[in-house]
Amino acid sequence: MKHTRGLVAMAAVTLVAAATLADPGFAQDRPGPGGGDTAVADSGKEVYEQICAACHMADAKGGGQTGARVPALAGNKNLANKDYPIIILLKGRGGMPWFTDILTKPQIAAVITYVRGHFNDYKDPVTVADIDRIGAANPPVPDCNCGH
Amino acid sequence: MTDPLFVPPTRRQLLTMIGKAGGAAALYQAMTVFGHAAESQFTGPPKLSGARPGSTVLVLGAGVAGMLAAYELTKAGYNVQVLEFQDRTGGRNYTVRGGDTITELGSPTQTVQFAPGNYLNPGPWRIPYHHRTVLHYCKELGVELEHFAQYNFNTFAHNKAAYGGKPQRFRDLYVDYKGHVAELLAKSLNAGALDTAVTTEDKARLLEAMKEWGVLDKNMAYTKGIKVGEQRGWDRPPGGGVNGAPIPNDVGSLSDTLSTKVWQEIGFYAEHVMQETMFQPKGGMDHIGKAFTAKVGNMIRLGTRVSKIAQDAKGVTVDWTDAKTGAAGQSHAEWLVCTIPATVLGQLDIQVSDAKKAAIRALPYGNSVKIGLEMKRRFWETDYAIYGGHSFTDQDISLISYPSSNFFGDGPAVLLGAYPFGIGAYRLAGLTPEKRIAAALDQGSVFHPAEYKAEFLSGASVAWSRMPWILGCCATWTEESRAAHYQDLVSMDGRIVLAGEHCSYYGCWQEGALLSSLDAITRLHQRALAA
Repeated sequence: MKHTRGLVAMAAVTLVAAATLADPGFAQDRPGPGGGDTAVADSGKEVYEQICAACHMADAKGGGQTGARVPALAGNKNLANKDYPIIILLKGRGGMPWFTDILTKPQIAAVITYVRGHFNDYKDPVTVADIDRIGAANPPVPDCNCGH
Repeated sequence: MTDPLFVPPTRRQLLTMIGKAGGAAALYQAMTVFGHAAESQFTGPPKLSGARPGSTVLVLGAGVAGMLAAYELTKAGYNVQVLEFQDRTGGRNYTVRGGDTITELGSPTQTVQFAPGNYLNPGPWRIPYHHRTVLHYCKELGVELEHFAQYNFNTFAHNKAAYGGKPQRFRDLYVDYKGHVAELLAKSLNAGALDTAVTTEDKARLLEAMKEWGVLDKNMAYTKGIKVGEQRGWDRPPGGGVNGAPIPNDVGSLSDTLSTKVWQEIGFYAEHVMQETMFQPKGGMDHIGKAFTAKVGNMIRLGTRVSKIAQDAKGVTVDWTDAKTGAAGQSHAEWLVCTIPATVLGQLDIQVSDAKKAAIRALPYGNSVKIGLEMKRRFWETDYAIYGGHSFTDQDISLISYPSSNFFGDGPAVLLGAYPFGIGAYRLAGLTPEKRIAAALDQGSVFHPAEYKAEFLSGASVAWSRMPWILGCCATWTEESRAAHYQDLVSMDGRIVLAGEHCSYYGCWQEGALLSSLDAITRLHQRALAA
């Protein structure tokens, strides 16, 4: 099954901002009416390849240099705690946006499970229940020197 | 008898008084009331003068915001130095031509193969008529502008779920949409369904309006006919002689029309920033950056990667590394204008308040990809009568856009083969440049199936999320993040002020970058004179 977009309902937890990144907001230059209905596949691997790899690269090693870096997800100790990537996908951090407007909860759970298990050795899966738990608790975004 | 003390002020005097008392914002409000300026907060270049002799300003970033700051502050009497990360000026004001290379993180380097004169604007590409700051400096700096064809009824709209995936002319969908809506409203009115909502007089006017606007027939129905043909076009167009009479074509059904979501395109063109008249610099957007560089280029140090920004009571100190030699360096000045994008600035050691740091780090950047495709000939003009404008699609490429210059020209021409934000942009960015071109050709072929691949010569792409000096396209604000962080981001912090499109309500537009820069240097100047 394929989903289109905007399907992570967070109505109960006023967590997520309304703007979508396909429609980047007030008065911005943007493509227009096209493109918005394109679908993202459901498996964690496919979500990674179709969305995450745009910045974190196909090998999940990130890129750039100190001061202007896209962080590596491979071998990333921050991912040991599964709440950490959930918070970042729900809320964004630094230059990285939230992904609640283009990914569903099952897609978010699947891609975090994939990144933690495939590019790291954290094998416990992330579930939609985990996403809901973080959504309800609404914790602050972890501080960072973003990019490290 | 007239007491000179009570002569009513002239409008000009009144505006001057308001400007002195309330600053630029109040002046703008007042001018709007008087009908002078209604569309941009630009009220003319800042008339800064009287900088203290020897006063120094360091500007970080040689995009249009940074170079405008350098240009105006120099005019005001400051000694200015600019540090730039890249080995070129302009920032996102950027044009690629044949022979240029494009280097992204994680992608093979591309060498652009376009013929001389052809180009792609990977960043900004159009200037609305009301972006008065950009237009002002184009005029002041001698940048030649030409018309950018924005609104074109003869382009296509493609939606996978509509018309069996066959693209339709925007004109046909537009005429069908208003025809059907008008017919339905007329039916409701005639059935008395709106009698409690409209007066008898307005009901009569509305019925007249729906008949004319929707081009309804005598039965108030939207049907095939000569009148509709005059808007929608023909099976056989009007001609001369024995077969001169036109034959109208069939109209689309209500369901087919709605399945195209054509209201989105109609709404898009009605947005203030998307309305005609639109402009572009002749020969490429980077002529604006080049014009600024001609004025301030001697102040710019290229290939200079800032790592640390510190300040004390006397001034600012910026640590940097030379990209080529790796040598460390340091620059000092009394004041600092920082236009480094938030994606990068959030990773640097900067000595500002915690609130400003939080604002910098709460500002995600949208991603976008642009792909230029050079074709052997202008088949969209010769074979389709499309002269500029955009054909939209719900595929990843989002649109193709036809060039607005050199109409009827011979030889190769470059069209924009993709410009998505969001999902389409992520997906294209994750492909190699070669695969991006293949995807753009596959998807764009839906509009011009016989020609698109056959006439293709070469392509070039820029995925903004992989540009090493910005790691994204432009700042994404929400109402919530504006409320929480905007004022903290733009406030002057000791000797440091930020500028750029991210520090404006005109995000992703050069107008926002320039307005932000003018506001920042005006406050900096006031602070410097008061210090």
